[in-house]
Amino acid sequence: MKEVAVIGAGMTLFRRHLLETGKELSFLATKMAMEDAGIEKDDIDMVVMGSAPDAFDGIHMKGENLLDGAAAVGKPYVRVFNGGGTGVFAPIAGWWHVASGVADVCLVVCEEKMGNCYPHPQTAFRHIWDPILDRPLTPNLVWLFAMEMNRYMTVHGIKKEDIALVSVKNKRNAVGHPCAQLADPNITVEDVLNSEIMAWPVNRLDISPPSDGAAALIFCNKDFVHRFTDDPIYVAGTGWSIDSTMWTNRDLYFPRYVAQAAKMAYKMAGIQNPPKEIDFAEPYDPFSYKELHHLEGLLLCKKGEAPILTREGVTQRDGDLPVCPSGGLLGVGNPIAATMGQKICELYWQLAGKAGKRQIPGDPRTGIGQAWGDIMQMGTVMILRRG
Amino acid sequence: MVEKKEYKEWPPYAPGTYVRESDIRDKKITYTWWEPEVQYSWSLGPAMSKFIQGLKAGKIYGIHCKRCKRVIVPPRMFCEYCYGPTEEWIELKDTGTIETFSISYLDPDARRIEEPILVGVVSIGGASPKHGFMHYFGEMTKDEIKIGMKVKAVWKPENEREGSITDIKYFKPLKGGGE
Repeated sequence: MKEVAVIGAGMTLFRRHLLETGKELSFLATKMAMEDAGIEKDDIDMVVMGSAPDAFDGIHMKGENLLDGAAAVGKPYVRVFNGGGTGVFAPIAGWWHVASGVADVCLVVCEEKMGNCYPHPQTAFRHIWDPILDRPLTPNLVWLFAMEMNRYMTVHGIKKEDIALVSVKNKRNAVGHPCAQLADPNITVEDVLNSEIMAWPVNRLDISPPSDGAAALIFCNKDFVHRFTDDPIYVAGTGWSIDSTMWTNRDLYFPRYVAQAAKMAYKMAGIQNPPKEIDFAEPYDPFSYKELHHLEGLLLCKKGEAPILTREGVTQRDGDLPVCPSGGLLGVGNPIAATMGQKICELYWQLAGKAGKRQIPGDPRTGIGQAWGDIMQMGTVMILRRG
Repeated sequence: MVEKKEYKEWPPYAPGTYVRESDIRDKKITYTWWEPEVQYSWSLGPAMSKFIQGLKAGKIYGIHCKRCKRVIVPPRMFCEYCYGPTEEWIELKDTGTIETFSISYLDPDARRIEEPILVGVVSIGGASPKHGFMHYFGEMTKDEIKIGMKVKAVWKPENEREGSITDIKYFKPLKGGGE
């Protein structure tokens, strides 16, 4: 297997609606990543597009619609998607294009336009449920997260106050992010607890917003990386795993598929003691409790321990294990696949010392990013390390 | 290759143009509109057909995976873990346990509703632990519902059942013992 480096990253503004089309957003994010790497379209061998359910954009098979904006014309091109897992799965696919030796330079573009869908992007989620068992009950996707959050809280005796701390931390962290949709320097735990109840135990400020946006990342074979940078950031490990579609036959308190994906990535990276060897983490945080759930799934703490670490400040930007220094989905926004911007681009910017106001102190060397998708099934994990 | 752009902070700028909901409503931007019209019909397959026909008859059926020693509900024609065929249908109880729940103020289009929906996962008596399905809860308040509560199916009258998960109206508290 070839060693793979990151040589460029870019992302657009994240907002509920953006004027630009999906193609145009892909172009803007890609151009920024190309500026970073110092390359043009001709330098790219292959392209991976990540975009989640077609129903948001309203364009079926939207990979074909987006490819012109992703610098893919005349090149090998593939779209990958596994719901919310796509933001980390697309870079995994980009990595394997280069690790396999098939491509020397591979561009990954992730795009989502949720603002196209009316009356609400949630309407598109009506089409992902099992048509026999679930749809006759007219479910809302927030129900799922509420059920999982309740199970997690009940098994470990976790208070909503401790979970609200995640929203507060991430929305404050996002203040230093130029693309952020919901940054808030003054938000408090009381604000979260007093916000509207959507589906108990989930309040409005426990949820990330629907967003439009795009992100891009460029991978390069280690043999050629000296042409682009003297200080490369490498992909140290990747992992992905999926659990049964029969989610009502599983105990939702622990995401075992995330643990399976994490173990695969740690093994590849030669990491034996994750809490000691991982300097910071970008777990998937579409809901406040998910950051905690995923920290446990990533084996960065014991089951039920993540709220304690959060309460003690360990996961703050200047703590022992900074978590979501980007501001996460809760602060920066949630254009599903394009959250690659917070989950993997951010790892690269932090490790390269380019994160500006968001920079973690203490010279971080190893970071882990993770996403989660489908009906509480998919875990996708990538570890980046400074060379 | 071209010259790299050196910036101190990344992302160095945030490309894209924010559009407010009012800009669309007031037609300040140029846009187009489309409403899909499409219908689907799904055949249920051998396992779910038997399950759904069972509901119509007021019965909850599970199926046995002998290799995993698992009684599965909702039933399927194969076991996704050992990947062997399932065999031997088993009539389960119409009682169970609330594994988790939510008190929802959202309808399927994320519109707000006044009277909350009590919804969750109920594991079914006679099946393996944690085996059940999503359903509504009723005849209990949002303050009474809790994880671990024993519940019993409330069926639609026989002549109103149509072969659907909604042939069970909801699950109510099980009073006076049982499983």
